[in-house]
Amino acid sequence: MSEPRYAMVIDTKTCVGCSACVIGCKTENDTPDGYTRDWIVTETRGTFPDLSMTITSQRCNHCEDAPCVRACPTGASHYAEGGQVKVSRNKCTGCKACISACPYGARYLHPETRTVDKCTFCYHRIATGMTTTSCQEICPTTSIVFGDLNDPDSEVVDLLARRKYFTLRPDAGTEPQVYYLI
Amino acid sequence: MNRRDFIKIGSGGAAGAALLGGLTTDWYGSYENRLENPDTDGDRVVPSFCELCFWKCGILAHVKDGRITKIKGNPKHPLSRGRLCPRGAGGTGLLYDPDRLKQPMVRVGKNGMQNFEAVSWDTALDEVADKFEMIRQRYGPEALALYYHGFGANWMKHLFKAYGSPNIAAPSYAQCRGPRDVGFDLTFGSIVGSPEVIDMQNSRCITLIGSHLGENMHNTQVQDFATAIRDGADLIVVDPRYSVAASKAKYWLPIKPGTDIALLLAWMHVLVDEGLYDKEYIDNYAYGFDQLEEHVKPFSPEWAYPRTGIEPELIRRTAHLMAGARPASLIHPGRHVTWMGDDTQRSRAIAIVNALLGSWGRKGGFYIPSQLELPKYKYPGYLPPGRQAADRPNASSFPLGDNVLAQGVCNATIPGLAEYDLKGWMVYGSNLPTTLPDPKTTYAAIQKLDFLVTIEVLPAEIAGWSDVVLPEATYLERCDELHNPNYREPYVAVRQEVVPPMYESKPGWWIAKELGTRMGLPEFFPWENSEEYGMSRIKEAGLDCEALQKDGVILGKPEPLYFEEGAAPDFYTNTGKIELYSTRLAEHNFDPIPVFTQPEEAPDGYYRLLFGRTPTHTFGRTTNNRLLSEVYKENHVWVNRGVALKWGLKNGQRVYLQNQDGVKSTFTLPVKVTNRIRPEAVFLVHGYGRKAKLLSFVYGKGVDSAELVTRYKVDPIMGGTGMNVNFVTFIPADEEAANPGGHADASTENKEVTA
Repeated sequence: MSEPRYAMVIDTKTCVGCSACVIGCKTENDTPDGYTRDWIVTETRGTFPDLSMTITSQRCNHCEDAPCVRACPTGASHYAEGGQVKVSRNKCTGCKACISACPYGARYLHPETRTVDKCTFCYHRIATGMTTTSCQEICPTTSIVFGDLNDPDSEVVDLLARRKYFTLRPDAGTEPQVYYLI
Repeated sequence: MNRRDFIKIGSGGAAGAALLGGLTTDWYGSYENRLENPDTDGDRVVPSFCELCFWKCGILAHVKDGRITKIKGNPKHPLSRGRLCPRGAGGTGLLYDPDRLKQPMVRVGKNGMQNFEAVSWDTALDEVADKFEMIRQRYGPEALALYYHGFGANWMKHLFKAYGSPNIAAPSYAQCRGPRDVGFDLTFGSIVGSPEVIDMQNSRCITLIGSHLGENMHNTQVQDFATAIRDGADLIVVDPRYSVAASKAKYWLPIKPGTDIALLLAWMHVLVDEGLYDKEYIDNYAYGFDQLEEHVKPFSPEWAYPRTGIEPELIRRTAHLMAGARPASLIHPGRHVTWMGDDTQRSRAIAIVNALLGSWGRKGGFYIPSQLELPKYKYPGYLPPGRQAADRPNASSFPLGDNVLAQGVCNATIPGLAEYDLKGWMVYGSNLPTTLPDPKTTYAAIQKLDFLVTIEVLPAEIAGWSDVVLPEATYLERCDELHNPNYREPYVAVRQEVVPPMYESKPGWWIAKELGTRMGLPEFFPWENSEEYGMSRIKEAGLDCEALQKDGVILGKPEPLYFEEGAAPDFYTNTGKIELYSTRLAEHNFDPIPVFTQPEEAPDGYYRLLFGRTPTHTFGRTTNNRLLSEVYKENHVWVNRGVALKWGLKNGQRVYLQNQDGVKSTFTLPVKVTNRIRPEAVFLVHGYGRKAKLLSFVYGKGVDSAELVTRYKVDPIMGGTGMNVNFVTFIPADEEAANPGGHADASTENKEVTA
């Protein structure tokens, strides 16, 4: 079996931007008050009444070519199993170079630990044999799917084969691994 | 001098300091600090059901070291199916709200000042029981009214029925969904209830009229909505606002507010005129088609166009779309439908279009629900109350209103306005000053009361006007009545105590039992506690108590959902048929088929005030919840971009709102300059602009829509209060006048790009 390549596929057609993913993540990962690992962006285009709107649940994109990993002077930000981008807290000095480097605003300095925090694709769940991230588990519209791109039977592979999708800031050249279905 | 001053709870030194900060569990997410088992949180998981709104989704509460760390959806529960909305996930924000009421309090007057004094439960309950007894002796039990909202109120309703009062009122009827239930009952002989009996997941075409699903987050309903979208159902959204649902729609009809009946009549016209309705269904089940056909002849799309602002071509096209998908095609009946005072007739019009589509009792339309039957607890029978409720001016008012009218109870408290005067209120979980229209009348009524007791979790405004305040335990700290609703899958669910009540708060069942015992009604409270009460019913039904407590839910046997599966086409109307022409409305001299009346236009420089929901909040019940407020902590007023230009209003600029009667909002709120709303109307989320300082988080954030609802139009059929009849203008605020509240939300970003 090949090494997994974790990714997330989010359906903008069904997502209503309710923020269950945000609150679910906050309690699952006990993030500090005023900080979240995921968030909702609503983008409206056009003028009344000819409008269109895209709602995206955003988080760390676990990029294949991650500017944060390149920017990190201590090796705290690194690629882990499955291509996930992680931060080793014991190596992080809180210098914030990665925060500036990230084109997605996905990282913040934890006010208590003074180390950098962000989405981990719920590593603590996946590593203990669970198959869903907490945002996926709670999502009332079933819009969030986490999985392994190297597993031909996974739902993420199926969705990306069947549906049109986009990624955020492709111009940044980061090869993001969070995909948005349209 | 007021008999009753508003007491800022805590100003008398009664309330304790905030005891608890944020959660104390591990901060995990990196290798070193991995949690032992995120599935159990290393401790225990208790199934129960939610009370952040009134949908009652099954939850799994995770407990670690005695604290609830997170709340997940219960996969076995039919209303959550393992998933939750943000509010359900944020229940710990209520449980650990540092502003919670912590001990019983009574109002005391000293040296011309009124204050709350913290007292023991015994003292507080004795005081309440004494006052109730005094009212009973002097005026009769009917002079005491109960206001309620929420599932825990079942115990209080029981207490009041035993006591003998007919004045038991929930604003969820006359201020919310009453007109819809009456309109559907008049048409189909059944209500749509809660959860609504809508088979959205099988629909091929869904039409929403002012229902903002996705912003209104009734979990299962939004799940079904998403399923329909995923499966390719077409969506038609009628809304003056480009709602989230509108953004998913094939057709958005940005209608002029208050003109929906004109659109519905035009749709009927097209369906009938072009023969697109379900002829066989109408022949078999409906009464009054000929009258309807005659009635809708003049109401062509061309007739509707100048009234609604919706082009004839679009009206036709949408009628064709919904007819093409029938019977798996429905118009959602809505939920908060008290808009213009003709709301029963609008609900009737929605019901009639559904009937023409043949959707009632059909797959993808409206299913026929069933209920898991449980034997009732064997109480002595309630004695029938000696008098009718005092909620309406005379016996013939609002003849089809089949619930007590909350605003009517308020009016009856002002001497001489009703058949008899009300002297005391118990208020359970309903913050009346922000719930009833025309708060001035509410405050006037409060001044006339001999006694007011409030049972609440948080120090909402109503608590400050009370003589006694009883702190209730949250839904996570108490066992409650069993829940066995009418639904597509019959089931019974249990609410269990996940953690013991904090502070001195007590569960509602305990409060009701203690009061009942003191009031000489012990025979109505023979059980030891709510768990014994519930489990005795479960045993009586031959069900497994242990399984219920372990799983949180027991499923019953599914019944046929649709006529085509064998569900009985029973219509409990006068004619036993679907009444397109309502015989009951005709009996009472109301229009038997809906007619359109032109709504009032806004005065110059004023805009119709519309209010609604945001997904993370259940109006004022959750706006003090710090966890949920990380997403949305203050309301904005949505202003059409063109209108904002005219006024020179900038995005984020703070304004006061002032209504047509010169009532100015207490606080300010930021403007949201947007293309997403018609120029005639403004929109804000209900539940802000709170004046109770002890709601220390939400106090002063944003504007309370209720204080601007000084006018309302009463539905003559059932007494609902149409509240979308107020108009507001803007008063830009000085920088210094900015409220205590900020407006940056940590986790939401709204971008508008004007092409």
